[in-house]
Amino acid sequence: MEMRKPPPVRRLSGSELPSLAASNGNGHHSGTVISAPRPPSARDTAVAIDRMDVEELSVAYGTKPAVKAVSLPIRQGEVLALIGPSGCGKTTLLRSLNRLTELTRGASLSGRIALDGVDIATMDPTALRRRVTMVFQQPNPFPMSVFDNVAYVLREQAKRRPRRAAVRGEVHDALARAGLLDEVADNLDHPALRLSGGQQQRLCIARALAANPEVLLLDEPCSALDPISTKLIEDLIIKLRDDVAVVIVTHNLQQAHRVADYVAFMYLGELVEYGSARRMFGSPREQRTKEYVSGAFG
Amino acid sequence: MSAVTGTRVRRPDRATASWRWSDRLGLGLAWLLGLLFCAIAAAIVVYFLLEGIRYLRPSLLVTNPAAASSESQTGGFLDPLLGTLIIGTMSMAIAVPVGVGIAVWLSEFGRPTALARVAESAIEMMAGEPSVVLALFGLSLFGLGALGFLSQTTNGVVLGQSFFAAAALLSLVGLPLVVASTREGLQAIPSHVREASYAVGKTKIATTRRVLLPAARPSVITGTMLGLGRVISDTAIVLLLLGGTLTFQAANSTPLLGLLRGTGDTLTGYIYYNAPTGDGNQPSKAYAAAFVLMLFVLALNLGVDFVVSRSRKAITWK
Repeated sequence: MEMRKPPPVRRLSGSELPSLAASNGNGHHSGTVISAPRPPSARDTAVAIDRMDVEELSVAYGTKPAVKAVSLPIRQGEVLALIGPSGCGKTTLLRSLNRLTELTRGASLSGRIALDGVDIATMDPTALRRRVTMVFQQPNPFPMSVFDNVAYVLREQAKRRPRRAAVRGEVHDALARAGLLDEVADNLDHPALRLSGGQQQRLCIARALAANPEVLLLDEPCSALDPISTKLIEDLIIKLRDDVAVVIVTHNLQQAHRVADYVAFMYLGELVEYGSARRMFGSPREQRTKEYVSGAFG
Repeated sequence: MSAVTGTRVRRPDRATASWRWSDRLGLGLAWLLGLLFCAIAAAIVVYFLLEGIRYLRPSLLVTNPAAASSESQTGGFLDPLLGTLIIGTMSMAIAVPVGVGIAVWLSEFGRPTALARVAESAIEMMAGEPSVVLALFGLSLFGLGALGFLSQTTNGVVLGQSFFAAAALLSLVGLPLVVASTREGLQAIPSHVREASYAVGKTKIATTRRVLLPAARPSVITGTMLGLGRVISDTAIVLLLLGGTLTFQAANSTPLLGLLRGTGDTLTGYIYYNAPTGDGNQPSKAYAAAFVLMLFVLALNLGVDFVVSRSRKAITWK
């Protein structure tokens, strides 16, 4: 990996710590096995590093605008949750961060997105996507072994495929970071599609981490999973945020509350409000945010 | 199951009790037709099974057809059997790579759209083309002087009949099935699987090679087996382009090339010749050969069922 200019560093004050007490976790999720497991001390030592900068980003599919002039920062050391009702543009915003939007026919984009100060539009998309990786809503391991799913990412195209032994260390490392190694260590050669849904999704996270990205994009990663798998992945997200900037799109307000340090609320393509999770859930400034987080619509 | 006593469970087949008479008549007809078709299929299989057991002798598989007046001296069908295997292999060796390539292009690239449309209808047209028409075209194509090296030339006239010529035209018979099946397999892969590969920095080529084609492999195999079944059952192209000469007539003494440039026969050609209405008129030989051919085709169909049922479990996304 090449050297980059040192990113600006800033410490979060303790007062921005989203506390469990502020939880307004109403609805059917309260009282279930899913609790907010975050150690309260984690935030005190966390360092936030600016990774990506979204400036006045607008995306349209044909003539239909999907994202309208959105600006926000994405920092390592924090989890940013994009929330909002269906069709509000949060997935489109996420997909423009690694230029997946341009694979959709008729999609057009304006504004600027920078990764460590460099405009991503000027980067080679494959290089960008190795630095900004993504996990999808549906677990989607490739039809190959558990090992090869991760090794696939490590093997650069157009070069000679490295031997299995050469990538073994990195594969194990990625699986360990995704908290999956202990479960699959004995059957790395089994087809990945035979794993359970939750294991498949953690394999997809391992795959995304194998490229050693600076930013990890998660598009509703738990919406197809059971509560226990969901909890495993949420714990994982919290653990990962110190090494990689995490952006998660979620429909699930409780989940945003459990994992996010910062929250961006989008509605009809606009960024209505952006702020710390504590403030967004505790005392949002905008009326629409207030209504959405209290469950009045969405 | 809960053991509820005294409650009569309404079974689905009881549901027809309340049907109108016209609906019941329709249901009866559907059953009748279904059973009729099963009976026809079973009759064909059983008939050839019985005839095959009656006439098939191991010696038929290892001896060549020979000209003789008595049926016991006319030999077996070794060369036609080998011919079927050679023709099947050669045709699919052309049809599979080309067909998979076309399917990948149609399904994953498809640009320019107009050209993709044209290619699509061309393949559909080819699937509907009678093979005797293809054979006629093949004769004039391989009769060209420039393609003389693929068959034999006598007195400056290119014969145009050879294993190369027959396999080339028969690959067109198998091609549409390979394309259709592969394409179906590629289109069944959810788009988020493709995007997952792009999202870790892979190119479209790498994604196609390493993710999409392996995922579509069962469909490629299915298409290959269906295509092969078509190829080995074709008669017209064999008679016109392979010569239908019962035994191999090598073009020259070069080991493999001479054979492939020469003429020969397949099981279908042999059956055609020995059918009661054919020139050979040795029904017992025809039945024996038909039985062997039917076994091949049945095995291919069972193979397709096996691959499809197994892959349905192995390659699906939750």
